[in-house]
Amino acid sequence: MQLTVNGTTREVDVDPDTPLLWVIREELGLTGTKYGCGIAACGACTVLVDGYATRSCVTPASSAEGTEIRTIETVEDTDVGRRVVEAWVENQVPQCGYCQSGQVLAATALLSETPNPTDEDVEAAMSNLCRCGTYNKIRDAVRSASEA
Amino acid sequence: MTLMQRLTRMPAKVSRRGFLAGSGALVLSTTIPVRAPKAQEAAAGPDVPAFLELHTDGTARLLSPFIEGGQGVFTTFAQIIGEELDLAPENFTVTSAPPGPPYGVMGGFRITGGSASTRTAYGLMRQLGASARAMLLQAAAAEWDVDASELTTEPGVVVHAASNRRAPYGDLADAAMALPVPAEVALKDEADFRWIKTAVPRLDVYEKSTGKAQYAIDVTVEDMLLAAVLHAPRLGLTPASVANLAEVEGMRGVHSVHLLNGAVGVVAEKFWQARNAVAALQVEWTEGEAEWPMPADFSSDSFRATLSEASGDAVEIEATGDAATALSEADNVIEAQYDAPFVVHGQLEPPSATARFNEDGTLDLWLPNQAPEQFQGAAASAAGIEPAQVRIHSQMLGGFFGRHFLYRTANPFPQAIAMAQATGRPVKLIWSREEDFLRDAPRPLGLARFRGAVGADGPVALEATVVGEGPTQRWYGAPPGPDVSAHEGISGKSYAIANSYVGQVPVANPAVIGYWRSVGHSMHDFMYECFLDELAAAGGLDPYQMRLNLLSGNDRLHTLLTRTGELSGGWQSGPYEVDGTTRARGVAMASPFGSEAAAIAEVSLDRGEVRVHNVWTVLDPGQIVNPGIIEAQVQSAVALGVSQTLVEELVYENGEPTARNFDGYPILRPDQMPAVHVDIIESGAEMGGVGEPGLPAVGPAIVNAVYALTGQRIRSLPLSKHSFG
Repeated sequence: MQLTVNGTTREVDVDPDTPLLWVIREELGLTGTKYGCGIAACGACTVLVDGYATRSCVTPASSAEGTEIRTIETVEDTDVGRRVVEAWVENQVPQCGYCQSGQVLAATALLSETPNPTDEDVEAAMSNLCRCGTYNKIRDAVRSASEA
Repeated sequence: MTLMQRLTRMPAKVSRRGFLAGSGALVLSTTIPVRAPKAQEAAAGPDVPAFLELHTDGTARLLSPFIEGGQGVFTTFAQIIGEELDLAPENFTVTSAPPGPPYGVMGGFRITGGSASTRTAYGLMRQLGASARAMLLQAAAAEWDVDASELTTEPGVVVHAASNRRAPYGDLADAAMALPVPAEVALKDEADFRWIKTAVPRLDVYEKSTGKAQYAIDVTVEDMLLAAVLHAPRLGLTPASVANLAEVEGMRGVHSVHLLNGAVGVVAEKFWQARNAVAALQVEWTEGEAEWPMPADFSSDSFRATLSEASGDAVEIEATGDAATALSEADNVIEAQYDAPFVVHGQLEPPSATARFNEDGTLDLWLPNQAPEQFQGAAASAAGIEPAQVRIHSQMLGGFFGRHFLYRTANPFPQAIAMAQATGRPVKLIWSREEDFLRDAPRPLGLARFRGAVGADGPVALEATVVGEGPTQRWYGAPPGPDVSAHEGISGKSYAIANSYVGQVPVANPAVIGYWRSVGHSMHDFMYECFLDELAAAGGLDPYQMRLNLLSGNDRLHTLLTRTGELSGGWQSGPYEVDGTTRARGVAMASPFGSEAAAIAEVSLDRGEVRVHNVWTVLDPGQIVNPGIIEAQVQSAVALGVSQTLVEELVYENGEPTARNFDGYPILRPDQMPAVHVDIIESGAEMGGVGEPGLPAVGPAIVNAVYALTGQRIRSLPLSKHSFG
């Protein structure tokens, strides 16, 4: 099947129900997208599918055919993504960092759709788990990226 | 012989059965030698070349004896060395040091744990920086034919003011590193610190915000195969046969199927193929060999009952006055029993290991770990080779919280080694989250009994008996008593109660148990501090004021608690109304890992569930290096403290954990995170730990607040299993 990832269309030879996560990590070699739980509970595997934050560990690769998939590796290619990364650095958000690819992309999806989100918008969009408990700094960073 | 001395005599290979002096609760009160023992350099300075490279581009590389897993030590070390070296921290790259004697900086050994990294290495890192700076000055002096005493530095530059000459460190790097390490160097005056005690930005945040940071699970080795395993549902079972072996071997991408000790592994071209294949396995399990076979009828409920009913003799841990007599003579005696559940580590990066055998018989291992030499020794045993033939590549940890110590049945590397040997190819094994839950070494379920008496002025007697086993007994053979992991947080309290007694009734835990962030403190401070509130209530005393009274004459802790009260806007218990909610507050303290902490929590009830709105907490680590990292670590410890108090519990039934992923075992969600207000006191006391000490006071502060709000006294965690109004 053909997948369009980070602006490049690639032919991949995988079973159609292979989760998009593993296609991205193992076929395309993009390891910034993380495996955390495999059941869409944690969000470490979040990628953007046509701009929407999508948990790739339960997304069959075949269902992403014909979409524009964007991973953390090119997050800085958009103004919003660049602003989010800057806010993450400015607010010193990451600790272990393992969940942060997903957090940054979830924030990028939110702010692309809703440049000035309410607290409720942020709470609804930023549902990824962080075992280090960086939640308050994530919230601060989303706010500072939205004000920019 | 002190515990530390016994510790240093333990070779890594056998230390797992030796007594490691409570490694999870390392009380590093003794002076740790900051130099690796090297006979031929008895009078020399630190082994600079083993730790530090100066590069010709002006940058430096540090080989860190401690592993980075989010706690910020790589940045902290760059900051400390940079201070003395006079090189800005952002010019450092930091990687994990390989196994080896130079890195045994805890007096001949090392682990990343016990909140010990920075306080252990602070002196060494300063000496390394100062020594390297002296070597640069010496190199410049030779180059310019002047006396080194005429030279000074600015960040990254050696300066000879008299002749107006300047040389960037990079120009002098090769010459400097070829010089002998000076035997003695002067350290900077603290008043002249440029970076230490400031919130230097972390070195790794950009990489971690853009997916560039690499973890063990991301390792790629040429020609490697990917592997998954299916563990026996309980330890002690082992595969007898696979009924559909041919079918699984014929699945797409599958290379081979391996019957391992206690598990079946599948090696494939890709991980998802291996994962699919293990999901399809039809395994017949049979009783096998295991050091800790899990009884088929084991349940956490029955084990809690076992602890509750245990009536053996107690080992005395500590005693003041005569608690038994005081209790027998007191009018107002109350009794209570507390317990806390098994909890998993839940680090977001699932465990993995990549094993590659080389033509010369050596083995390379890329894996998460908190103790490289111990893993090297165990890997050598597993592979049947010598430790010197094993190269350990310690990776950045995607969270750890105690998950990556050597727990034998909880680490994937022996299976990766076995499958790499069997296939003749490098193998990366990833444990799915389900397999991680099944083989994690959880924080032990704990229980303690209390009796206390209170008078008009406060508690007059307190007797506590902890029942159970700590991880340091399990893994390092520490006997009850010296194994502080079994009682810390009930022992080691600082309140001046005239008659007090702490004992432990040892009861072996059938489950595989491990170290979890703040170890024994993670549950024992909850038990003690909540019982203390019971005494306050029984005496009609305010819990905050009663604690202050119990700390009179202890300036450090009195100041700490007072500051915490002030941070919260002035102590009040409540209940009171805010934003249409009824809220109340609780207070608690803890003395973990050489630091002191106090917390006040504010809670309300939201549709029958406890909601934590605010946590005000003050940490006194004695001395600080990076206040930004400390604040972040306290935020993190509070989050884990709230999480385990509200929702976490690993339940066993029929010898198996009932939860195998985050659907059946919730961890704190973003919308459950309270506002956390952190203050840091630098009292000047000996430097204490930072990563764990923010956790233990949080739980009891919450549970005490719940009592203030509801009148319900919760003595068993988590709160989610209780019903509220």
